[in-house]
This record gives sequence, structure tokens and C-alpha cells, in this order.
Amino acid sequence: MPDLLLELRSEEIPARMQRRAAEDLRKLVTDALVARGFLYEGAKAFATPRRLALHIAGLPARGEAVREERRGPRVGAPEAAVQGFLKGAGLTSLDQATTVTDPKKGEFYLAVIEKAGRATLDVLAEILPEIIRTFPWPKAMRWGAASAQPGSLRWVRPLQSIVATFGPETETPDVVPFEVGGIRAGTTTYGHRFLAPGAIEVRRFDDYIQALEKAKVILDADRRKDVILHDARDLAFARGLDLVEDEGLLEEVAGLVEWPVVLMGSFDDAFLDIPAEAIRATIRANQKCFVLRKAGSEDLAPAFILVSNLMASDGGLAITAGNERVVRARLSDAKFFWETDKAVKLEDRLPKLDTIVFHEKLGTQGMRIQRIAALAKQLAPLVGADPALAEQAARLAKADLVTEMVGEFPELQGLMGAKYAALEGLPDSVATALGDHYKPLGPTDRVPGDPVAIAVALADKIDTLVGFWAIDEKPTGSKDPYALRRAALGVIRYLLEGRRLNLIGVFDAHSARVEKSLMHKRLAEADGGDVASITATVSEPWGGKHVKVQNIDLLAFFADRLKVYLRDQGARHDLVDAVFALPGQDDLLLIVRRVEALQRFLETEDGKNLLAGYKRAANILRIEEKKDGRAYDAAPDAALAARGEPAERALAEALQTARAEASKAVAAEDFSGAMRALSTLRAPVDAFFTDVTVNADDPKLRENRLALLNALRAATREVADFSKIEG
Amino acid sequence: MPSAAPTPKKSFQGLILALQEYWAAKGCVILQPYDMEVGAGTFHPATTLRALGPKPWKAAYVQPSRRPKDGRYGENPNRLQHYYQFQVILKPNPPNLQELYLASLAAIGVDLALHDIRFVEDDWESPTLGAWGLGWECWCDGMEVSQFTYFQQVAGIECAPVAGELTYGLERLAMYVQGVENVYDLDFNSAEGEDRVTYGDVFLQAEQEYSRHNFEAAETGMLFRQFTDAEAACRTYLDAGAPAEGERHRMVQPAYDQCIKASHVFNLLDARGVISVTERQSYILRVRELAKACGAAWLKTAAGGA
Repeated sequence: MPDLLLELRSEEIPARMQRRAAEDLRKLVTDALVARGFLYEGAKAFATPRRLALHIAGLPARGEAVREERRGPRVGAPEAAVQGFLKGAGLTSLDQATTVTDPKKGEFYLAVIEKAGRATLDVLAEILPEIIRTFPWPKAMRWGAASAQPGSLRWVRPLQSIVATFGPETETPDVVPFEVGGIRAGTTTYGHRFLAPGAIEVRRFDDYIQALEKAKVILDADRRKDVILHDARDLAFARGLDLVEDEGLLEEVAGLVEWPVVLMGSFDDAFLDIPAEAIRATIRANQKCFVLRKAGSEDLAPAFILVSNLMASDGGLAITAGNERVVRARLSDAKFFWETDKAVKLEDRLPKLDTIVFHEKLGTQGMRIQRIAALAKQLAPLVGADPALAEQAARLAKADLVTEMVGEFPELQGLMGAKYAALEGLPDSVATALGDHYKPLGPTDRVPGDPVAIAVALADKIDTLVGFWAIDEKPTGSKDPYALRRAALGVIRYLLEGRRLNLIGVFDAHSARVEKSLMHKRLAEADGGDVASITATVSEPWGGKHVKVQNIDLLAFFADRLKVYLRDQGARHDLVDAVFALPGQDDLLLIVRRVEALQRFLETEDGKNLLAGYKRAANILRIEEKKDGRAYDAAPDAALAARGEPAERALAEALQTARAEASKAVAAEDFSGAMRALSTLRAPVDAFFTDVTVNADDPKLRENRLALLNALRAATREVADFSKIEG
Repeated sequence: MPSAAPTPKKSFQGLILALQEYWAAKGCVILQPYDMEVGAGTFHPATTLRALGPKPWKAAYVQPSRRPKDGRYGENPNRLQHYYQFQVILKPNPPNLQELYLASLAAIGVDLALHDIRFVEDDWESPTLGAWGLGWECWCDGMEVSQFTYFQQVAGIECAPVAGELTYGLERLAMYVQGVENVYDLDFNSAEGEDRVTYGDVFLQAEQEYSRHNFEAAETGMLFRQFTDAEAACRTYLDAGAPAEGERHRMVQPAYDQCIKASHVFNLLDARGVISVTERQSYILRVRELAKACGAAWLKTAAGGA
């Protein structure tokens, strides 16, 4: 079956957009074909800096013929109906329709419309220009004389030529006949800009990819990556060095070359005084080069790998020398930053932070640091840290933001603070906290273990969350510009490592600090008019006390994040709901332990049966309470139960014991024990439902039995709200 | 005696002459620098204003560019508060602009069989001019030697047609072709013996003096007043030249001069560190509003296509 070859050759496409664009092209073209009833055997798309290419194999030369029957009005129907039918079916007279007899409804007109399958070539000529015109580039542009007119073609950079051929392997394929933005699809393309600048005639994918290879273009980005990685490792190995691998950089570099030529350059040993991370950041961000390590060591070597796009006539000597010059200049800058930064103590940088706005509504970095320091000091005893050290570390935690090095390489924040702190001779745990308090940066990032770092990290994250909740800037949908979800998840991960914290108390105490600093800000700005709106936050009852509404909402946000986190760990989200539904739940560690105990319990036979019994009881109660228009929430009368059926008496006794036991166990945070207490209810509950008629004729008996069911509901609430549990 | 023919590999001035000769041969008018302090060659009305409107335009010129914050007292081998840009603008951009650019590198002595030239994504934006475009940094062996931009919008107005803009950083390029590590060591005139002049001979003292001025001495009270005055004057001139129904605007360029003035004064104030982060944004917006008003008025002039 025939194949499609499409190439869209342009000026240099940004590296970061290439892979996605190739994938979009494949999806858009194949989706458009499938939507028109064309199936294909396979499709693969490619990108280089100067072209997107698509190969679709096994497309039919022609679409399937379509036969459609359209039922018309009955014979003898009014003229208007007949005309409408003819028009709709594309017929000129009734002679072209047949009649059919329906045993119930009599004779009907029937139009049989047969459409021949369309030639694939025509369909391609229709869909390709449309896809090109509406291609979803993240940012597209206009160019050239045509851009004087509105509606001119937009592409990521000027589009230079289009190859589009379609045909079977054994014959010369057809050119797909279309034109877009003044460019006619044809069979001519060009190879490498410098190494093979001449025109190339191509016919189909097989000879296209070969012709490109001859013209020094490797079409497949993954192959370019392989070449780079392989050659870079070899070059490093030959000099007794190890490549510091970097997948992100590799992907980017592969998008900057059509014909990768890997070279090695070196720099002066003296630059190795600069922290390795800063050397790497410099060489990576500015030069897109890889750094190297001395074999079997963590130390950087004074050398780097560069990937050029040229087989130079001198074997790359000039290119290497040129890159070495630039790396030298960059490292000189980095060394200058490093030396200049070292001359100023972190402590002395703090006044500068007072002038830097953290967020328009939340004030300066300086204000934020004061809040974080106070909170870190408060949290320190709870995580086993020295309060004075935690406070000191928190005060200095953001000082490196105003160093030259972090100004130049923001990704080194924290890390540089740690280096400078160590050089100043600050306590180890302070330096560690400066470096680690941003962690964890992602689900795979580690959670620091040093107590001071933990206190600062928790304070930093909680301040951010409480602050943004105070100004009502929460994540919505996919928008989370301040990474608040990540901050909450960070807190969750710290706490679940075995740390107890009553979040609500911490939130409310910290809200007071946020409000105080915002009030200072307003007063300083001398527009005091709106101060009242911040201080007058509303409180609501929560867990037996009054809590600011935004903090109740923030806790719900944590509950959501916790569910997502536990779901990823394989836990049931409904059980998290069942525990959060109890009053006063804000200690995540206890909540999770309870969820785990509950999950284990519900996996046992006792648990499953008790849950079934609970559901049955809850159902009966719901129906009867609705019918009677009252709640049966009084305690059951034990004496009355004792006079009733044996099963009734047994349940009443069991409930009393189980509830007391469960309550005691929960108070002792022994959730397994609480579950064990509940499991004793299984047999009496089962017996009750087998032997006892709840809706007894005697209204007193009935009322007491309903109260018994309610007591079962109450007993289960000692451990969780069973109504939230699914299944 | 220095030779008459441009010697781009030997001297700074030779490099400039070679670029001028090359672009003159491609049909550009070779202009002289604009006689005001600007932050980049783009501010020259030959680019900012001429990029607007339907009329074709091809020009090339050297523009001294002032970046007060980049001063390093003459102590940094790469950073200057005053340096030269060579600016080319072609409206509409010809379809082979990349080839023309590469040939210009060859014309100044960059052997394309020996050096690795790369077009690396760089989206250009000038918040003060209300301008943006897409294009690249052009790398030669890992060093950025030019900016290549297809203007999409200038002064808040869509470019129709689009102009292509090339900006060569002349000192960097010269350092590269001369093989010099320190900008002050650049050979300026390729003369021998006593006649030899370096870049340092011409500019080192100026860099030292202006760095002091920019960071320590620039009279901030005066500058704040100048900013306000320039802003008001720009508006006044635009109003004074405003067209009657069916006529053309009569005073855009004098107004635009005041926009340039305001922009430079802002850069000086910024270097003096007297503008806070929040104020900074509002100053940028004020200059942008001036640029937008000038751009809109330009479209009502003959050169703007009215």
C-alpha cells in the first residue's frame, strides 16, 4: 500500500519545541485521516533543527466507497415533505428513489446514496494545508513580503519548502498537490546548511532518509542523541574521564545540530576552586556543554564536551579553541562572582532583602524571613531541632538570593547559601538547612533528615501556604504559579516520616504573624484604609474551637493533596475521607496511621461484615428516620434491650464494651486496637440482623432497636465515618 | 600607513568598514549613528519608526549603545557601559536573510568551513519599546556574535510587513576575529609603531569615568526632573503636530527623541539604584506609553505610509 512522505523545512526551530512539534504533526495528520475513514499501518514523525518530517505507511490509495440508505416520507405524502426528502438526499426526482413496503406503515420512499471512495491524494491535498495553517506552535510568527497582508501564514520560524509525496513503493509517487503560504509542495529539499548545501530530489521516505544521511543530516533525534552520548563517553574515556550525563542537556543539544560532531575542550585548573555546581551551571546554561569528572571520582575535571554541527576542515581545532575562549570568559565571571560573594557575610546581606518584593500583596522577602524565622523557632522543638539554630538558619535561608552567583544562576539558590555559610564557619546544621530547605523539589527528590533543615523547610512551606491562603491566591485547575501543591506535598512528606503536628494550630498561629506583617506593610505604604479587610478574617467552629475559615480551607487542601499522595502509594482515597470527616483531624501522621489500620481491618472478614452490617443499619435508620421525621439518636435503653430477644441483648452489651474499648484505644493512638474492639461487634451485629425484627409492632421495642442501630453507627465513628467508605 | 581597503581581521575600524561595504552592496542605505544616547541600535528611529508602516526600507549603521549598569570601571575584559552595535534592518525581510547574514560573516573573515555557526532560539523583547520578535542568537564556536530578529510588533503595533533585524556586537566580533581576550587590547586602526591605536587607548578612560558617573555621581534629582520633563515634552510635541482630519502628523520625530531621552534617563536612574523594584515596572510602562504614542503618530506621516 502507498506511503506518505511529508517534510516541512524551515529556518531553525527552537530545540525545546522540536519533539512536541513532530508528535503534534503525526497526531494531527493521522487523526484527520482516521476521521475521514482512512486507516494506516504505521506513522512516525521526526524533527531536526531545520525540518519536521512525517512518514505514514500503508495508506490505501483510495477511501472506501460509502453506501447510505436514507428513508423518505410515505408514498403520497404532501409535496413539501417529498421535496425536502429529495433535497436532503441530493436527488432531482422521485424516479431516482425506490419504494419499500413496511408491513405496519405502508409504502415509503428510500434513497440509496452511493459515494465512491475519494482518492487519498485529494484528501491529503485538502487536510495538509489546513494542518499547516493551524499548527499549534507555542509561539508562531509572520515573515517576508506576505506579512504585509492580514492572515498570512504563521510558522515557528520562516517556512522554506514542503515535500509531500504519496504513492506505492514500486512506482514514482505523486506529489500531493497543494500550496500554502505561497509554498508549493514538491520533491526538493536541502541537506546540511554548511556540509551539503545543494538541493536534493526525494521520492519517498526510504530514499529521503538515505539522501539526508548522505547530505549530513541525521533525521531521527534519538539517533543524534545516541551518537552524541556514545562519542562523548568515548572521548571522555580516552582521557581517563567520566561524562557527567545530563538528559535534559542531551535532548537540547540534539535539537541544535543536524550532524553532531563531538569535541573536547579544556580550561584552567585554577577554575576548579569554584563550586562544581556553579561550574556546571555556567557551562551548561551558557554554553550548552557537558562537564566531566575525573574517572571514579566526584571531582570535576578541567575539561568539557561540546557538540558542534560541523565537520570542520581543521578537524575542529578552531571550534574547540573558540569554545574554550568563551568557557574561559564565563568561568572568569563565575570566579569573580564567587570571590565577590565570599567577601560579604550572609548576615550583612539581610537589609537588601527588605527591598525585594516577594509578592505584591505579601510584602518583601525581609518580612517573609521574619515570619519564617518565628515559625521555624516555634516548630523546632516539635521536630527535635534547637530553636535558636532553627531561627538563625531561617533568617539566613534567603540571603543567597542577593548574591551575584544566584543572581546569575537562580537554580543554585540554597546550594550557594550552604557553601557561603560553611565558609563563614556557621554551624554545620545551619549551612545544611540553607542548602536543604527548598527540598523536596519533586516526588523523587529526597526529604532532608537534619532537624534544623526540617524546621526551616516546614516553616518556609507553611508560611508560603498560609500567606497565599490569606490573600486568597490558591491553585486553580492546571494553574499553580507559586507551586503551592508542591509546598503542601513537601509538608506532607516531612510529616509522614513520623512527625506529629496539629496543623490547624500552626496555621492559625502563623496567620496572626502574616496579618501583623501585612498590617505593617499597609501602614508603611501609608494607605491604611484597607487594613481592616485583612484583620477581619472570619472564624468558624472547627473541632471544638474557632478557626479562621481560610485555614479550614487550607486543611481541606492538605486533605486533597494527602489523598493524591496516598493514592500514588496504593491507599484508598475514600478511607482518607472517612477519617478526615471526623471532628478535629489535623495531625496527618495520625490520620495516615488510622487510615492504614482501617484499610487492614476492612480487608479482614470481620471488617467486611461489620461494614456490611453498618451499611444495613445506616440504611434502615435513614428510611425510618425519614418516615418518622425524627432522629433516633438517644442512647438505647439497656434494660429494655435486656428484656428483648437474646441477640438484641447481646448487641447492646457488645456495643457498650466495644465503643468504650475503641474510644480508649483511639485515645491511646492504638488504631489497630480500636479496630480489634470494633471487630468484636461483627458476630452480635450479624446475629441481630438474623434474629431480630427491627420494625417490631411494639413502638417502644422498635424505637429501642433503632437506637441500637444508631449506637452501632456511633461506635464506628470512634474510628472513622463509615458512611464515606465505598463498597 | 593603514591600508585603504577594509581589514576586518586586523582592526576594529576595518571590521566596521567591511560590514558597511557588504550591506551597502546589498542595497542598504548606510546611515550614521543617531545623535542621542540610546541603549541599543534598535532605538535609532531608522529602526523603531521605520519598522512601522508598509513602506520598504533597508538601512545599516553603527550605533553607540549605552548600558549604564554594565559599566565595570574598565576592569572587566568583556563588559562595557558604552559599546558599538552594527545594526541592519531590511523591511520586508528578504527570503534569504539567513544566507545574507552568513555571507556577511564570510565577508569579515569568518571561514564557514572552519567555524561552527549556530542559530539558537532567542525571543527578543523590548518592554520599553513595546516591541517583540522571534529569532535567534547567532553563535560562532559557542560565542554569541549577533542577534537575528523578525520583528512582529513595535511600539505596540503589528509589523506589516515584518522587518528582519540583525545586530552585530562589534567588540565581541572584533575580539573573535582578532583573537584577542581583552576588549581593551583590540587593534583599532591596524597601524604600526607609534601610529598604532588600541580600543583601550580610545575608550578605557571613558569607561572609568562613566562607570563612576553612572554608579556614583549621576545627579539623581536632575535625572528625575529630566524624566518627567521628557515625558511631558513628548506628549506636548505629539499634540502640537497632531493632524487635522485627513491630514498627516507633523511632529513625530522630535517627540520620539524625548521618548529616547526618557528611556536613557531611566537607565541611569536604575544604575544609580534609586528605583525600587515596584517603581521600576511603572517607569518602563511610562516609556512604553510614549513609544506607543509615537508609533501610532508615525503611521500618520508620509514615511509611515499615510
